[in-house]
Amino acid sequence: MNQAALGTVVRAIVRRDLLLAFRRQADVMTTVFFFVIVASLFPLGVSPEPAVLRMIAPGVLWVAALLSCLLSLGRVFTADHQDGVLEQMALIPHPLAVLVLAKVFAHWLVSGLPVVLLSLLLGVQFGLEGEALAVLALSLLLGTPTLSLIGSIGAALTLGVRGSGMLVALLVLPLFIPVLIFGAGAVSSTVSGIGAEANLSLLGACLMAAIPLAPWAAAAAVRIAVE
Amino acid sequence: MLEAIDLACARGERELFSGLNVTVTPGLLFAIVGENGSGKSSLLRMLCGLLPRERGVIRWNGTDIAGMKDEYTQHLTYLGHLNGIKDDLTPIENLQISAELFGDDRSVTSAREALQAVGLGRRVQALPTRVLSQGQKRRVALARLWLSRRLLWILDEPFAALDDVGTALLTEQLSRHLDAGGMAVVATHQAVGVRQESLRSLRLPG
Repeated sequence: MNQAALGTVVRAIVRRDLLLAFRRQADVMTTVFFFVIVASLFPLGVSPEPAVLRMIAPGVLWVAALLSCLLSLGRVFTADHQDGVLEQMALIPHPLAVLVLAKVFAHWLVSGLPVVLLSLLLGVQFGLEGEALAVLALSLLLGTPTLSLIGSIGAALTLGVRGSGMLVALLVLPLFIPVLIFGAGAVSSTVSGIGAEANLSLLGACLMAAIPLAPWAAAAAVRIAVE
Repeated sequence: MLEAIDLACARGERELFSGLNVTVTPGLLFAIVGENGSGKSSLLRMLCGLLPRERGVIRWNGTDIAGMKDEYTQHLTYLGHLNGIKDDLTPIENLQISAELFGDDRSVTSAREALQAVGLGRRVQALPTRVLSQGQKRRVALARLWLSRRLLWILDEPFAALDDVGTALLTEQLSRHLDAGGMAVVATHQAVGVRQESLRSLRLPG
């Protein structure tokens, strides 16, 4: 029948979302700059002492990454819901969860990946070096997709709700906690010389669990939103 | 063939309609008329499978659509009162992407032809959809029908915001679709100018 292959549909969704992000660069830049500014405020507020900075670096950078992810969650579904693109998506003859996964992937590419790359630069600013810096980037590479995936559930659940930004924060921040603990833990343990394998493995496990489960839950929420 | 038997819809506490029967066979356009708020859109969304039904069955070629999902939606083109197009993309990009998503012809040439057919010239095709008028945006959304090769069209107020020329163009395209053995369910406030013998209509109680 006249039906596009799943691969074509997924590629079309990712391409459309990247194209839209490119047309609305200001939105993307806001969250990325937010990450940079929040992380840069701490040395000013706490202490410029290298030893102190190195100690707070994992926590500060991870919390900043987490907040910038939270800030960008509104972009995943809201606009699509308002202009009717989401209801059209629900009618595409393919599993909605896979299409949601494609959207979350596109969202991570524009809001998560820049944070991972910038963390290398900001890590240096906090006096992290060598292995610690690599572990920081790796932990964010494993952790930020998980944050986007979990966040997409919250974003989908609050579609059509007024003042949804605050509600999303209340819904997903508790779910972000394990990722934050393992992520910041990985970097701290490298700094103190214990080795980060355990924490990184757990972060990887979180991601592996979130890839199938989160889109499925978010898709169910999207179906309710387009009713 | 699409049949809906003894359909009922309730939004919140209020029952909008009940005991509704709709049968659409190839070559037939089913017009749904009724006052504002009588449940036209809800009925259409139910027929698409977007809205769960209170009571009743909807069957496509004899099988309940609840059990078939993708096999049903691949025969369906739905245009709601939201246009489902992106303001930041040009009409051409919008049309090409939705053609890709729905497995229609996605070449630039056919997208251009479809937009020409709904009366949007080359100059308009390259502008972001954001700057177009309501009627022009509606035409961009409707241009999908010129690419769609699907059997069943479910259209919610397709004539809204269209001028006389637009209405005539759409009526012509609907007639072509019916002549080719297609089916359509259309919620509307105005008479649809297709041939009388291929037209059925249903008035929802106010």
